[in-house]
Amino acid sequence: MNLLFSMLVPLILALVALFGFLRKTDVYAAFSVGAKDGLHLLTRIFPALVGLLTAVYMLRASGLLTHLEQILAPALSFLGIPPETVALMLVRPVSGSGALGVGAELISTYGPDSIIGRTAAVMLGSTETTFYTITIYFGAAGISKTRYAIPAALCADFAGFLAAAWAVRLFSALS
Amino acid sequence: MFYMAMSFIWVFMILLSVGSSFFFGTGEQVSKAALEGAAEAVQLCLSMAGILCLWSGIMEVMRRSGLMGTLSRILRPILALLYPQFKHDNSVMEPLSANVSANLLGLGNAATPMGIQAATQMNRTCPGVATDPLCMLVVCNTASIQLIPATIAGVRAAAGAAAPFDILPAVWLASVCSVLAGISAAKLFQHIWRDSLQ
Repeated sequence: MNLLFSMLVPLILALVALFGFLRKTDVYAAFSVGAKDGLHLLTRIFPALVGLLTAVYMLRASGLLTHLEQILAPALSFLGIPPETVALMLVRPVSGSGALGVGAELISTYGPDSIIGRTAAVMLGSTETTFYTITIYFGAAGISKTRYAIPAALCADFAGFLAAAWAVRLFSALS
Repeated sequence: MFYMAMSFIWVFMILLSVGSSFFFGTGEQVSKAALEGAAEAVQLCLSMAGILCLWSGIMEVMRRSGLMGTLSRILRPILALLYPQFKHDNSVMEPLSANVSANLLGLGNAATPMGIQAATQMNRTCPGVATDPLCMLVVCNTASIQLIPATIAGVRAAAGAAAPFDILPAVWLASVCSVLAGISAAKLFQHIWRDSLQ
């Protein structure tokens, strides 16, 4: 099973290539054209990323998130979310690797099978790096009027965090 | 305000950082972070370039060989519910199905170029504005639907978890709640925001 997961990408590549070959597609020419499109895509994403990552890094370094953490803790305990996970929830929408770092730290500090460790793992597994995804999509599609995309995406994130905390409690109560 | 949402958010984040840096005395860190963020963007683009081109290439092979058409026929009934406008539009449905399949497999890097292609096709008639289906696409991509969170299981295994994958039922439950909340929020906001779309 583990081998299958680690081989997922090469297996897909092999299957697609074989399928195309059997269907008499000029596989290599098609691949080259697609790869060139990928490069074109990158040039559209890059400026958006420079702007957004600069702002995100500044915000993280300003110390605001740490203070927000202390203010939010009581409200979160009330909702059933372990307050230790505040930093994770604040970082999650803006930085994937940052959230993985914060989450891994929680998991090793409190133990992978503790409620906090499990909640952190489920939060990481059931949400995405919202702002990064939005920047890439809107950057590539040339969107400046984002309308309600950001608030709706944040609703999904918050629901995911809340559901993660509750699901962990539910399943540990069941077992 | 929502006519320039990205500008608004960007300016807000920067002003907030500069303001808090005065307040908390973190000016030095913030000025260092500004340069680090820009450098990180270059790093990220470079590390993404290979994967992005690889998957865009694979996707073109899938498209030309008809594999994408097969995939989209399987997923069409579900996607037609979410994107009724594009039910009969293959140029949107095909990359969209590929995007959903890649997300389910946890191949985020593969899902991105496919999703972007769907986004560009959706917006042919309305450039520059996030239309209702485009907002739905973005919300669905910011909510995780991957079946096997392999990275997190790896972190748990490294920390000595008894069974790294035993969080799966909780992850699935939380993912479903999150996706449903995102879709409901998008559907609800469609009505509130309608006036701003010309």
